[in-house]
Amino acid sequence: MKLYELTFSQIRAGLLEGDFSSRELTESVLDRVERVEPTVSAFVTVRDRGEILAEAAAADARRAAGKRQGALCGVPVAVKDNISTRGLATTCGSRMLESYVPPYDATAVSRLRDAGAILVGKTNMDEFAMGSSNENSAFCATHNPWDAGRVPGGSSGGSAAAVAAGEVPLALGSDTGGSVRQPAGFCGVVGVKPTYGRVSRYGLVAFASSLDQIGTMSRDVAGAAALLEAIAGEDPRDSTTAAEPVPPFLSDAGVDLKGLAVGVPDEYFSDGLDPSVAERVRDALEIIRSLGASVQTISIPHLRFGIAAYYLVADAEASANLARYDGVKYGHRTDHAEDLDGLYRMSRSEGFGAEVKRRIMMGTYALSAGYYDQYYLKAQKVRTLLARDFEKAFESVDVLVAPTSPTTAFALGERVHDPVSMYLSDVYTVPVNLAGLPALSVPCGLSTSGLPVGLQIVADKFREPVMFRVARAYERAAGVFPAPPGL
Amino acid sequence: MAVEKGDVEHVATLARLAFTEEELVAFTTEMNGILALFEELKEVDTDGVEPAFRVLRRRNVFRGDEPGEMLPPDEALANAPDRHEDAFRVPAVLPND
Repeated sequence: MKLYELTFSQIRAGLLEGDFSSRELTESVLDRVERVEPTVSAFVTVRDRGEILAEAAAADARRAAGKRQGALCGVPVAVKDNISTRGLATTCGSRMLESYVPPYDATAVSRLRDAGAILVGKTNMDEFAMGSSNENSAFCATHNPWDAGRVPGGSSGGSAAAVAAGEVPLALGSDTGGSVRQPAGFCGVVGVKPTYGRVSRYGLVAFASSLDQIGTMSRDVAGAAALLEAIAGEDPRDSTTAAEPVPPFLSDAGVDLKGLAVGVPDEYFSDGLDPSVAERVRDALEIIRSLGASVQTISIPHLRFGIAAYYLVADAEASANLARYDGVKYGHRTDHAEDLDGLYRMSRSEGFGAEVKRRIMMGTYALSAGYYDQYYLKAQKVRTLLARDFEKAFESVDVLVAPTSPTTAFALGERVHDPVSMYLSDVYTVPVNLAGLPALSVPCGLSTSGLPVGLQIVADKFREPVMFRVARAYERAAGVFPAPPGL
Repeated sequence: MAVEKGDVEHVATLARLAFTEEELVAFTTEMNGILALFEELKEVDTDGVEPAFRVLRRRNVFRGDEPGEMLPPDEALANAPDRHEDAFRVPAVLPND
């Protein structure tokens, strides 16, 4: 077995036992990047090989000297390109920020560095995280490692594809309406969206501030949990971070699921769900039941209004957040302006792509005079009802289990010209963001057409440990999901 | 309720975006498609329901009024498209005469 094929659990054990060095692991990973990038295109920027290997060698030296090591010491990690990295381009997949180099690190990135992780590069994404396929990147489309003719999902499609293809064992993404979980499901990796407020948004380029959270990806549940532990916790630089202490997300207690109540929301199995996705999810539920959990049907009555409420709230917040791109302080500036207003208009129109403009327009409309009550306020009220549905469910169950997405990865080009059909692919993921809950996607087998299917596990606020417990128990019973063949 | 091309032009002005005539026509159709999706919310009875502007019920957070780390001007201005000394330069706002 090649080093790049190892899961995080195997890497941690191997580094500890001295079976291989961080330098050997990192070389294997970088060779893999060189080999598969022409097919996958997961990265926007890969750092200089010499610098990366020097950091790996330094991690090995720390270990050899018996110095205190961070939890991710010497482990290569990729970071989505909307998370600020000091001195390293952070493009957000946009022409607007094509040449932007942040003067500071996001809190999540500085915590990664403190934990000893080695930053490999920045991953491709839908522009400003707006999209579900990575096709809205201004630079290139990322291809699904399971089938290069299909999308990796989005908007953290680059991170998901990089982990699935063995280009890195761990990656950060961001999840505003499913942007970690959906691509994780499409690419056959584990993807976690933590409770709103669990991870600092400082340095995460803002899209929809009441929904955005940085999340983690890994081939195995242990890797996603360890990465989340490294970046979680209150941050004085983000007043929306939660003061709740960060517990160990994975404990060794409870290899079975005895005494645990699992709810299956009926509405997630309605029309539009691919039968072969439903079948894999039901198989997984059988395994979860066999591990000792009790499984019961529950209801999230407002599920079907989630998409409309989500896109209204997200677009409204985006239209306000993206007002900062004015061609003055950073980002694209037009060469064709005669006055200040023209500078704003032309810089924005040249710098933003079609989907970003669409969202800004919808959000501006929803917030404009005469429409605020009808659209934005109404959506925020529906959001309350949806959050109550979940609160009620968690009175009787510990976790909810459902499909991550209604289908497996769709073909490149299939939905890119039909915004509404693209939006509908997020139907099972957006309610969690609206309610601020933690959720993850763990691979649960292949569809009849040989594509990965994601199993979504949702917990109540700040109850990540129970969500990880279910995910790991399932993973142990089903086996860690394989890497894509033939890449 | 459908929007017309004139509405789209107005919103584009508010959003500081410029569209060609063709783009405006195409966008009017798209916007109506998306609005039809939003119209579904009308089915939901929200009488007496509080809007959920935030999901965590946390009080306002203050820090001490003490100077923290600051970016040196050269770093803050490093990404500026046009710089004049320690300032961002823009086209003249007031007439020159």
